[in-house]
Parts: sequence; structure tokens; C-alpha cells
Amino acid sequence: MEAGFLPRAWIQALLDALHRAGYRCVGPQVRDGAIVYDTLDRAGALPQGVRDRQGPGQYRLETTASPRYFSWANGPQALKPFLFAPHEVMWRAERDARGAIRFSEIMPAAEMLAVIGARACDLAALRLQDRHFLQGKFADPYYAARRKNLFLVAVHCTHPADTCFCASTGDGPRATQDFDIALDELDDGYLVQAGSDQGSMITAQLPLAPTTDAQRGIAEQEAQEAARRQTRGLPSRNLRDVLFANLEHPRWENVAERCLSCGNCTAVCPTCFCHGERDVTALDNSHSEHARQWDSCFTQGHSYIHGMTIRADTRMRYRQWLTHKLGSWHDQYGRSGCVGCGRCIAWCPVGIDITEEARAIGGGGGHG
Amino acid sequence: MVNAALPHEIEVVERIQESPTIFTLRLRFTDPVQHAAFRFEPGQFNMLYLYGVGEVPISIVSDPEDEKLFDHTIRVVGRVTRGLGQLKARDRLGMRGPYGRGWPLKQAEGHDVMIITGGLGCAPVVSVINYVIRRRDRFRRLIIMQGVKHSDDLIWRSQYSQWSKLRDTQVLVAADVGVALWPWHIGRVTELFDQVEFDPSQAMIMMCGPQGMMRVAVDHLLRRGVTEDHIHLSMERNMHCAVGHCGHCQYGGKFVCQDGPVFSYAEARPLFGIQGF
Repeated sequence: MEAGFLPRAWIQALLDALHRAGYRCVGPQVRDGAIVYDTLDRAGALPQGVRDRQGPGQYRLETTASPRYFSWANGPQALKPFLFAPHEVMWRAERDARGAIRFSEIMPAAEMLAVIGARACDLAALRLQDRHFLQGKFADPYYAARRKNLFLVAVHCTHPADTCFCASTGDGPRATQDFDIALDELDDGYLVQAGSDQGSMITAQLPLAPTTDAQRGIAEQEAQEAARRQTRGLPSRNLRDVLFANLEHPRWENVAERCLSCGNCTAVCPTCFCHGERDVTALDNSHSEHARQWDSCFTQGHSYIHGMTIRADTRMRYRQWLTHKLGSWHDQYGRSGCVGCGRCIAWCPVGIDITEEARAIGGGGGHG
Repeated sequence: MVNAALPHEIEVVERIQESPTIFTLRLRFTDPVQHAAFRFEPGQFNMLYLYGVGEVPISIVSDPEDEKLFDHTIRVVGRVTRGLGQLKARDRLGMRGPYGRGWPLKQAEGHDVMIITGGLGCAPVVSVINYVIRRRDRFRRLIIMQGVKHSDDLIWRSQYSQWSKLRDTQVLVAADVGVALWPWHIGRVTELFDQVEFDPSQAMIMMCGPQGMMRVAVDHLLRRGVTEDHIHLSMERNMHCAVGHCGHCQYGGKFVCQDGPVFSYAEARPLFGIQGF
């Protein structure tokens, strides 16, 4: 549903239309040297001309003369925190003087949220999180409450970082589904496409001009170029058999010597879903809250059962992460758990590169 | 949308001390309507919530057709179980469940049923033993093998003696360390396989306990000709959510809380015994 061309000077009209429809907009902004999603009321707050330089263990922003707002690949944060909260109270237990316990659920406020600038890799990750939290035997009502009110404005990626490899996982750089609106960013404005009825309702309110063949040609060419510029890649989209056939490969020990077991890769990964639950009692003992918080398979407590830890060392934890992400995820969700965003490479303090490790263990030549 | 994370209030009707560290709680929902609607299969588990402390997964040991109460036998191993151990009759707690996949009891009908357990592995399968005994004519031989570290760890001691007197029933008990007057074997339960009388082609095996014990037992049974899909084991992993979301109980591509805790050996085999999974 191509809607038309929106000159850059009119991008505020998109935010205004979303505000009128009741959405709080969040969009990319520079905070503490990184691109993050934060509340966005004025288009002027968008990171104009800002681009990212990413490499193993590296993330730096730099400013260019480009008029574009979305000339970056991704920041540390994906869509994940908007739906699967890093920390949330799930329910509360109250005990009266006679010892009776009353349970009450604590649901998130049903906020209408519009995300501006979602990337194809993150939309693919969102589909996986939807599978995990909504489409199993038990749907997660906390995730569902947020998901129901989410509006997604995708921007097709034309500026992959050196860490990106979404072309090899098949998840980008163009967003093909699950957006309400998608934008191709050109130097002077945006090709606007609606992807849902809600999206059409918003695009109908924009001062759109007809698009030209030349504009469409440039957008297409930039998308192809974005895929071509990606130097990293996974050796195959299904590494399950080869990884599980190599559980004693010496490379696991090698990566364990570098890995700090810090869990950064799992925190920035847009598909990692592990979390822990714990209870916090009020000081006056009048009630107790049951909360969940993101967890990581790199922590010691993750696999602890009375008296023993299933994965006692880093070798086993990295092996668990990689064989799950690229291997057993296929059994659970019919595809790899990696969408090629490359965040785990950039935000690993010691620069461990998932594509390099997968190649070393799963074959296909390369390093190691 | 039903919130599977939310516990319901239950109460302790009776508390039975089974051993110095093992106790049984006999429970019911405080809401009779909820209690009447509660159904489970042997081998499934509930998440028990102790006010202000937290939740813990515990298998259900009572008979699924007991409409009055459901029982949990619990060993004190951590913060929550220690607190649960201090509860008395009429105390309230929280519960959600049942969760997971239980034992293949329908599939076992017409078969020799062999139950092999180690340590408190007996809790998830004692419900199976009682289930089989109460429906004795649906099954062929019943073989109960229980191994404990120390003879003092054997709970339901008198029951083992009673079970051994039943027709077509064989009871083999072993303790690594036994005190005087211990009537059973000293050593490992897996050393008793040569005494077992059963038909490997018509047997359904259900086992629970330490992975090392299960490994030895599986190897023996496979050598005797039992097929992989007739050997079932109950797996233990860290669990927080019990609904396949939190990721702690991942076992390759399976969530132990939902796909298990009972797996056929055929399902568990690819990663069984591999350290770290």
C-alpha cells in the first residue's frame, strides 16, 4: 500500500497524526553516546546526520553532513524492552491478620505506543517474541497488553554497520511485514508505505506527494547496496545439526577463554527471552510483590537446581547460548533465533563475534 | 486472557513428617469451586508459593481421582521448601498448576510396569505406584526399584514391605550405606537388575532420580531389549515460570516445564548425560 512521498520538512506531520490518534511516540535520539528510543514529540530531536561505527566490542557515533535522520544501523536497544519489560511486577499477595492470602494481578497500563524507526531485523525479532510469549499454550498477558497497542513505523535500513548480517539471516535490510507504516529515507524525504489499516489511517492524514520512478529507483538501489555492503554472515540459516554434532569442538574452550560470562549479548539480543522471578516483601509485611526481571543463561544461577549448577562454567554457558540461538531454536520456533542485528558483536566487551564462532564450530571455513 | 502466572489460595489440611527432612502437605483450594475443577495426571507438578518467599515446582504425589485433597511430598533443600516445611494445618499458601506432561499411564496399560527411582526421585513416581495398585487388573507385573544414599533416607518404609507382598509385584530396595537391620541390598539399586523378572518386550519403564543412576539403568534396559520409547524419565531443571517462557529449564529445543518433566528416552537421548544441558 504505497501512499506517497513525504518531504523531510513535513516529518513532524507524521508525529502529529500519531499524537492525534492517541499514541505516545518514541523515536531514535542520542543519549550518552548511543542511539536509543526515547519519547519523541518534535522531529527536530531526531539524530540528523548521525551515523554509527560498530565493530567487535565497539560502538561509536559520529556526525556527518547528511540531512538524514535514520543513517544509522541500530543502537543497543531493540523493540524488546517495549513489550517484554526489563523488570516488572506481575502480581501482589496480601495477607490479612488471620493468615488468608489474596492475590491480585498487576497489569501494565494500556499505553498506546508508536515506535518510529524500527528496523527489519527488530521486526523479525518481534515476530519471534510474539511466537514465544503469545502463541504457545500459555499466552503472557503482560506482553499481550503492550503488544496490542503498539504501532510500528519501520524505516528500511540503508546504513548497515560493519557488525550487521541481516542479509544472511534473511531478515533485512528491507522491512517486508509486521509494520503499520514503512519509510524509505531519501536525501529530501520519505517514500511512505502503509502496512495495516491503522497505518493507512495515519498516512491519509499526511501531506503526501506522488512518488516518482526516480525516487523508487534510488530507494531500491540503496536497499540492494545495504545488503551488498554487509561483510559478515552466518554460514547457513540452519546450523542445528552441525552445532549439536560438534558439542566437543575445541573452539568452545577457546571462546570460553575470551568470554567474560557477562550476559551483555543476551541483554542486547532482540530475541533472548530468559527472565527470572523473585518476591519482594513490604517492610511491614502487609504485602509481597512477585516480579520478573531479564535474566541470562550466562549467569550461574540460571541453571541452578538444589545443590548443583547444570552449566557450571563459561564453556557450557556459551555453548548453551549458541546452540540454542542458532540450533535448538529451530525445534522451538521453526527458525534460527538470530536476526542478524549484530548487537551481540558490538556490545560484547571483548568483541566475540557470533558469525566467527558459528563458522569456526559449524564449518564453512573462516577463522579459527 | 487467563493469567497463568497468578497463584490461587490453598490451605494445608494435614502435614505429615516423613523423615527428618521430608514432609508431605495434604492440600485443598480454599475456594471449593476451584477445588472441584482441579484435575491432574501423575507426574505433573504444581508451583507452590510461600507468602513473601517465593515459588517452587513440586510434583503431585496423590491419586488423580482423590477429589478431597492433593498431596505434595517435599524435601527441605532451600529457602522456599524450608518455609513450606514449617507450615501447619490451616496455614494458607499459593498454588498454580498443574503443569507439564505426566507419566504415560494409559500407554502402560497391559504392560509390565517398572518404576526405578533414586533418592527423593520416589516422590514423582509414588503416585504411579499407588495408581497402578488401585487399578491392578489393568497392568501386568509391577516392579519397584528404589535406591537411596543412606538407609535412613527411605521414606514410606512400611509401604515398600506391603507392596512387596502384593501379587505380581517385585520390590527391590538398595542403600549405598545401610544401618543394622536394613533388610534390603547395600549398594546401588542398579546392581539389582539381574534379579528383576519382567518381559522386556512388554514393559513400560518410569524412572526418576540422579542422572547418573538413570544413565546406568537406561543402558541396562536397552541391553535387555527394552525400546527407547518405552523408557520414560522425569527430568529436573531450574524452573521459574512453569509455562515455557522464562527459559531456565531449557533442554535443547525443549522446555522441561511444558514438554516434560516426563520424557521418553527416545526424546531425551540426543542430549542425555551431556554435561551442560
